[in-house]
Amino acid sequence: MQAKLSVVALSIASVFALGACGEKEAPKPVEAPVAAPVAPPPKPEVTVKLGHVAPMTGPQAHLGKDNENGAVLAIEELNAQAIEIGGAKIKFELLAEDDQADPKQGTIVAQKLVDAKVTGVIGHLNSGTTIPASKLYSDAGIPQISGSATNPKYTQQGFKTAFRVMANDVQQGKALGEFAAKQGVKTVAIIDDRTAYGQGLADEFKKGAEANGLKVVATEYTNDKATDFKAILTKIKSKKADLVFYGGMDAQGGPMAKQMADLGIKAKFLGGDGVCTPEFMKLGGPATEGHYCSLPGMPLEKLAKGPEFKDKFVKKFNGEIQLYAPYVYDAVMVMADSMKRANSVDPVKFLPEIGKTSYDGVTAKITFDEFGDLMSGAISIYQYKGGKLEYVTTVGAPVEVAKAEVAQAVAEVKDAAMAVAGAATEAGKGAVVAGAEAVKAGADAAKAAVEKK
Amino acid sequence: MDIFLQQIINGLVQGSIYALVALGYTMVYGIMGLINFAHGEVVMIGTLVTISVAGFLIKAGMPVIFAGLAGLTVSVLVCMALGWGLERVAYRPLRNAPRLTPLITAIGMSIVLQNVAMIIWGRNYLTFPPLLPSVAFEFGGAHFTAVQVIIVLVSALTMGGLLFLVYRTKLGMAMRATSQNPAVASLMGVNINRVIAAAFIIGSALGALAGIMVGTYYEIAHYQMGFMLGLKAFTAAVLGGIGNLAGAMLGGILLGLIEALGAGYIGDLTGGFLGSHYQDIFAFLVLIVVLMFKPSGLFGEKTGDRA
Repeated sequence: MQAKLSVVALSIASVFALGACGEKEAPKPVEAPVAAPVAPPPKPEVTVKLGHVAPMTGPQAHLGKDNENGAVLAIEELNAQAIEIGGAKIKFELLAEDDQADPKQGTIVAQKLVDAKVTGVIGHLNSGTTIPASKLYSDAGIPQISGSATNPKYTQQGFKTAFRVMANDVQQGKALGEFAAKQGVKTVAIIDDRTAYGQGLADEFKKGAEANGLKVVATEYTNDKATDFKAILTKIKSKKADLVFYGGMDAQGGPMAKQMADLGIKAKFLGGDGVCTPEFMKLGGPATEGHYCSLPGMPLEKLAKGPEFKDKFVKKFNGEIQLYAPYVYDAVMVMADSMKRANSVDPVKFLPEIGKTSYDGVTAKITFDEFGDLMSGAISIYQYKGGKLEYVTTVGAPVEVAKAEVAQAVAEVKDAAMAVAGAATEAGKGAVVAGAEAVKAGADAAKAAVEKK
Repeated sequence: MDIFLQQIINGLVQGSIYALVALGYTMVYGIMGLINFAHGEVVMIGTLVTISVAGFLIKAGMPVIFAGLAGLTVSVLVCMALGWGLERVAYRPLRNAPRLTPLITAIGMSIVLQNVAMIIWGRNYLTFPPLLPSVAFEFGGAHFTAVQVIIVLVSALTMGGLLFLVYRTKLGMAMRATSQNPAVASLMGVNINRVIAAAFIIGSALGALAGIMVGTYYEIAHYQMGFMLGLKAFTAAVLGGIGNLAGAMLGGILLGLIEALGAGYIGDLTGGFLGSHYQDIFAFLVLIVVLMFKPSGLFGEKTGDRA
């Protein structure tokens, strides 16, 4: 019976195959005239599909939406520029997918994008989803640029398609360890959320802290859906740590800082990019005051294109930037820039160009090393102060820091000069007005004299 | 010692929250033998409605205490209506269907409610307005707040109130009769539709109360907050013997204590071999052991065919 069935199946399959062959042959004669344009036809429009993946549901949905907004903004600007690549007008289209910050779902949507034959992928947001998905993209030859996956493993798998526009956790962990040591901290407790990102960052911080002579007195764990941390915090309290480091996201970090205060823990809280958000302060309330976090790159205000991007973003989406939107925006721009330079939207052709990128982005001057990691990634430390993230210092990339500081000094001098000039002009204006009044008075007097006569 | 005391307080408060949610599960299960998996979402809706109402009134200049009471009233009413609607839409048409069917609709309703909440309140975390004054106490080196005390009291009082309702009132008698045999109960003049609807309405009102407690305690809310909470509370209800009100309370507090002590001491006891990420495993291990020796849970009675 089974044999018979398979014979039937085979014959059906062959009929379909034949049918497919026939279809393929049919349009050939039609194609020929298109290939040889006689009169200049309207420029062909090619749609380039870019995939974007981030958690749009679940505890990190607010960050996922922020990433997507960054990508949407970039795509809109690209389409407004009406770019031509390879003689065709290019229209970018965003295929946004939701991976729920779940590694399993991450590979499912990655396969979906591969099947949809996207030209490139922006994302994913989390390291935990980016790493397993990157294999699928690599196998399909689809370039992938993540704006936020910081786990070092992502670019160390030997995939030619994997890039990121953010410093990785090795750099961040080292910088945070150095910073903690400078604060006069002797003992640290480390908590991570058991995700690829949190665990990776916590491990790197541990290395960085120990390299700077700090003692790790407790290592505790939670998960990326938890709301109660009192049990592990109580244990940390018993170990008398000077500083609590958290490798994880804001949705847990905020309540954690609050519960630290509730338990009477006086230690400082320090976290990575995942907690460096306005959301962290909203969730933690006044308990977040005085704590620290770090963010790869320089603060937007200190970057040439930063304030402009911020204005555009706030105007379009009527809300603050949460975290990674500028990085994702840059990722899209780098992808488009590589296509322009390769003069092709074929991944095979423009992939080598991504590696050679030298793009002046919103977040940094983007160049990649041989692994696809961002070169010379600076790490900035921020302090939560009065409901705002206040820039403290930048660790790493001294040249860029110096440059930014010089630029700022120049700007200040310029401002001062402008002010002086303004004052001078103002004084001049006063004199002119006085003069004019004198003239007017003279004229009036003359008029009066004439009338009298 | 102060650390041990602190862990006990942590566990007790966490456990009372589980218990408060577990009471809603057990209430419905005790009468219908149905696990209302959407109960966690009712809790979530209760929290979010309170945020909207109380937040709006506080902004309008109403004193915090009145705004809080108004939020509580509205959210309890909304959740009661929701509970009634759930029963009417998802469970009553399936009253005589195989037992697996209402379980599936329960999960379906849970997903629907989550997504509706996501559409209404958005994806972002919301902060819960501080409705209760944040008074902190210190006792023997352990810190606790007025909110924590209130949570423990509210869940104990709620359980007491429910026990009174079930064993001392006419509605309670009807509930127990329906639980034993709905067909016979209806022959005896009990309107079982009304009794079951009442169970859902009361269970959902408890859910709203639990939601407000959770919100006041953690001061955050999110459209997915009900999921984990519901799962843990369900575990607590099973641990204590699902269908038994005192069991839900005991199971909840036990689960909270096991989690807190597990997270606090498991690392030191095993010399760092197992860390605090094993706290859930520890909790479920206790559940498995209890169920091996007492399959109906700690306080569970033999509920016959309907259980």
